[in-house]
Amino acid sequence: MTVTDQPAAASATRRLTTAKAISEAIAQEMERDPEVFVMGEDVAAYGGIFGATTGLLDQFGPTRIIDTPISETGFIGAGIGAAVEGMRPIVELMFVDFFGVCMDQIYNHMAKIHYESGGNVTVPMVLMTAVGGGYSDGAQHSQCLWGTFAHMPGLKVVVPSNPYDAKGLMISAIRDDNPVLYMFHKGVMGLPWMAKNPRSIGPVPEESYEVPIGKAAVARPGRDVTVVSLSLSLQRCLDVADELAGEGLEAEVIDLRSVVPLDRQTILESVGRTGKIVVVDEDYRSFGLSGEIAATIAESDPGLLRAPFTRVAYPDVPVPYARPLEYEVLPTPRRIRDAIVSVAGR
Amino acid sequence: MDDELRRGFYRQMVRIRTYEEAIRGDYHADKTPAWDIGAGLIPGEMHLAAGQEPVAVGLCAHLTADDALTAPHRPHHLALAKGVDMRKMTAEIYGRETGLGRGKGGHMHLFDQHFSCSGIIAEGMPVAVGQAFAFHRRGTTNVAVAVAGEGAANQGAFHESLNLASLWKLPVVFVIEDNDWAISVPRDASTSVPSNATRAAAYGVAGERVEGNDIEAVYQAAGRAVTRARAGEGPTLLEVHTVRLWGHFEGDAQAYRGDELAVAESHDPIPAYEAKLRADGVLDDAAVQAIRAEAAAEVADAIAFAKSSPEPSPAAAYEHVFV
Repeated sequence: MTVTDQPAAASATRRLTTAKAISEAIAQEMERDPEVFVMGEDVAAYGGIFGATTGLLDQFGPTRIIDTPISETGFIGAGIGAAVEGMRPIVELMFVDFFGVCMDQIYNHMAKIHYESGGNVTVPMVLMTAVGGGYSDGAQHSQCLWGTFAHMPGLKVVVPSNPYDAKGLMISAIRDDNPVLYMFHKGVMGLPWMAKNPRSIGPVPEESYEVPIGKAAVARPGRDVTVVSLSLSLQRCLDVADELAGEGLEAEVIDLRSVVPLDRQTILESVGRTGKIVVVDEDYRSFGLSGEIAATIAESDPGLLRAPFTRVAYPDVPVPYARPLEYEVLPTPRRIRDAIVSVAGR
Repeated sequence: MDDELRRGFYRQMVRIRTYEEAIRGDYHADKTPAWDIGAGLIPGEMHLAAGQEPVAVGLCAHLTADDALTAPHRPHHLALAKGVDMRKMTAEIYGRETGLGRGKGGHMHLFDQHFSCSGIIAEGMPVAVGQAFAFHRRGTTNVAVAVAGEGAANQGAFHESLNLASLWKLPVVFVIEDNDWAISVPRDASTSVPSNATRAAAYGVAGERVEGNDIEAVYQAAGRAVTRARAGEGPTLLEVHTVRLWGHFEGDAQAYRGDELAVAESHDPIPAYEAKLRADGVLDDAAVQAIRAEAAAEVADAIAFAKSSPEPSPAAAYEHVFV
């Protein structure tokens, strides 16, 4: 169970899915701030294809929960324009894979306007999007791609793994004066129509709270191996770590929670204690997050590692459709376990 | 039309032309003997708007400081007509710390209150739609104007923006500056219809094309569009047939224009308008000289300000990635 940052006195016996936690966060911010609104494809009557906006139309009506045409360039750009004028839009890009039709607005505008203006213009906007595979949705509806967005300066990239963080990170994202890309994995949403890890339903306080963007959580302390992950893979890492604990191997599992800013310090501190690391990342292996973590260690102190840097990441192939093909390349519990055991020298 | 208004049009067009000529002079001044785009007082690409002054002036005459305008890669005339501070924008173009963007933006990325640019064709249009959305939501009568060239009308963002603005009945005026050329490609080789204004029908919005690069006709058409937007009657697509007197960018040899270039040069809108106002008794020698002197002084002051401003500290490159 994720305990970091959770108030000690949390009387949060109430349990929510991640999807419900996100929609509750949005609702609470919309009640607090009339400048917050939501737009995107199927966010209103449908409630978001992955449930991130379920119930909001009933509460706030169609002037604040706005269905858009299938015009990602148009409505993401409109979100930017509204944000430039001081509103706080939450715009949903249904699948991150659709970024190809609107990347100019995301990268050349949302991410750069603040810098190009020398700090005079802010773009306080949340771009919320579904990521991840594991359910045979093929190569254009299953990618994670956080490394793609993190590579380019100007966007914060937030990636929750559980309901508690999902709520607090969304509230922080809405209040942030920077553009924030909020990436939820379909597999952590707790959807009734998709296989789910029990960790996708968890305690969530009713009151409003922030989880700081840029601070990783030690989701599970341990002395033997540092395991760094995020999103759905983080849930799998915790499952594997629990199993290994029964065999006397204590993995320390770090939940990054955001890719930008990347909490390098927490990683280095943990590796400094364990001397061993496994990075588990559902995004593509090359030129991405796992390589960045390796570089972080190498640039800090290559002597920290007493075993080779190890990663369980998506091999450099598009996401295949057929189940045996997709599960060959996903970071499955088996692959995670093998990597940890190998690095631990057991 | 009121004499003072007409004199004002002339004054603003002269002001803009004086500015573009001065920038052009400094841009080329120290790129010799071997012309290097990255060298000199003003480095990088430079897109100047000589000939297109009637669009900026006729349009911006209807806008207040609280209305928004998004400009394309060729933005100086629009910035000046919209009221962007000449000193600060010049400092930005010269890459100085006192510039609008502290030297981080450059001439294609001028940002001021309710004024912004995009160097990517048509991609400023969705942003204007969002600004109009905010104005509409707040119950103001402000409008957002998106300006782009005729090449932009073949870009997806243009079509998405028109549909969205019409669907939500937003106070947007889309303005196409048709200068006949998308860099080297003439409009009849790129565009399936003779007038982009006819494309308005596809989105259920008002469409109008102004021929002749006539400042007064632009003023009247833009007035109708802005009035519609302020009255809550939704967007307008306004195309103005204008002229590009100079290259797409400075250094463009324009061999592709052939005989057309001389024809274009014979359609300079400023001497034509000056002659008209003289004939109507609105301008005389003294007034013309005063207007030119006033423009020259203002431009010289802005350039002096830019040149005397410090360059940014290299360490500032790391600032303003995030708030």
